Amino acid sequence: MYDIRNEASSTGADHRYRAFLAEGEFRIPRCAECGRAHFYPRVVCPFCDSTSLEWVLASGLGHVYSTTVVRGRSAAYNVALVDLEEGPRMMTRIDGLAPESVTIGMPVRARILADDEPLIVFVPEQPR
Amino acid sequence: MSGRRNGIAVAGTGLAALGHAGSRSEQDIIAQAAHTAVRASGLRMSDIDGLITASLTSPWWVMRMAEYLGIRPSFSDSTMFGGSSFIAALEIAQLAIAAGRCENVLICYGATPRSAPSSSQINRMRAELDPQHYEHPYKPFNPVTSYALATARHMHEYGTTREQLAEVAVSARRWAQLNSDAFARDSLTIDDVLAAPMISDPLTVRDCCLVTDGAGAFVVTSSERAADLCPAPVDVLGVGHAHWHRQISSMPDLTVTPAVDSGRRAFATAGLRPADIDIVELYDAFTITPILFLEDLGFCAKGEGGAFVEGGRTGPGGSLPMNTNGGGLSFTHPGMYSIFLVIEAVTQLRGQAGDRQVDGARTALVHGNGGVLSSEATAILGVS
Repeated sequence: MYDIRNEASSTGADHRYRAFLAEGEFRIPRCAECGRAHFYPRVVCPFCDSTSLEWVLASGLGHVYSTTVVRGRSAAYNVALVDLEEGPRMMTRIDGLAPESVTIGMPVRARILADDEPLIVFVPEQPR
Repeated sequence: MSGRRNGIAVAGTGLAALGHAGSRSEQDIIAQAAHTAVRASGLRMSDIDGLITASLTSPWWVMRMAEYLGIRPSFSDSTMFGGSSFIAALEIAQLAIAAGRCENVLICYGATPRSAPSSSQINRMRAELDPQHYEHPYKPFNPVTSYALATARHMHEYGTTREQLAEVAVSARRWAQLNSDAFARDSLTIDDVLAAPMISDPLTVRDCCLVTDGAGAFVVTSSERAADLCPAPVDVLGVGHAHWHRQISSMPDLTVTPAVDSGRRAFATAGLRPADIDIVELYDAFTITPILFLEDLGFCAKGEGGAFVEGGRTGPGGSLPMNTNGGGLSFTHPGMYSIFLVIEAVTQLRGQAGDRQVDGARTALVHGNGGVLSSEATAILGVS
């Protein structure tokens, strides 16, 4: 388990999050004191103000909390909010289906899009 | 209701450049609105010792406006609460006046997004100055996309329909048709709203507020002083302000806004309940917002806002007149709107609203919204 306490305090939360993504790992901070995970990453727990944060591997599983289709000039694309199994919510995009076919409550699984700047997107997950 | 301890009242108000500012700058039109408001208060600019203003672009705005207006305020504030700023300003002004830091506070705002639209360079700069690293990569077309996400969730949880959303736009348009200052006055039906181009599902362009030029200003002072200054001061009976998040992805429940807190505080101070309110001016940045605020402010139960606005209830002749100038959807909307909510409520409470006057209006609730349902400010105004 990764422990932020072992790192130089000059490393920023954004920086660390992106460094993990670049290594192919989707990690989120979880508070060692109150046990709650949060997103976006911070250096102080927003629930109990503890600074004892661990970077845990996210399961990648979640469900769509809300969804919209942005009707851009050139193309329409999805923007969604996904609630992670670990609790936190994040903005993202659901790939692998038409943007208007994304529905609230849909189970999804995270995927790291390796680009210049690695990015988490989600694809539909068959309910188990 | 007047003369309450530490009470403040709105004296004069001013409007300028509604719709299109021509070649006037933002500072020009704010100064025009401010001049009107100060004179209508029975004051001169040199009497203004408190200044509250804010800009979507310049963090130096209160200093620039004081410089332009030639005033040296003993109290100033320029906190950015987005579109809720100028109702949140009532709380700040109240505290400052009660603390004896100033007597006559000028609250003003204006912008020219129609005659001088932001360049793509400025839009990029704004995004860089307020970085949202966990949202911007997904290219939300904000603010519309964030409100669309809230709308979709409300529809999912409560069965709110696009027709009910459209009722809000149609009601606003019917008020605008009674207001010669309103920007959009042509006919608008529910079918027109539904058939309009989609921007971010389920919001069409007709579910979204206007982009116009415009400036507004008003002066607040102690209730006692206001009664001496002008014939019809409007008392600020209660104010509340709350903010919970900045970005939509950090909003805990997209169907419940900080208006539950701001409204509770405002009603508690005023000693009133929703049933005591004659008219409401609720920031209609998008058709979903008045629906959420009617619920969160206690005019109906959570989830019933869509049904509440059906059948013209909030339009002219309806039982709860709402956004009586035509709102951000049809009256005007220069980037931030809450200054106009206060001005319209004051105009109504003074009985000066002409064709759109709501007979016998004695109490008004004004509610400003900033960011993406982020900052909510409520004030209750009344005349005795």
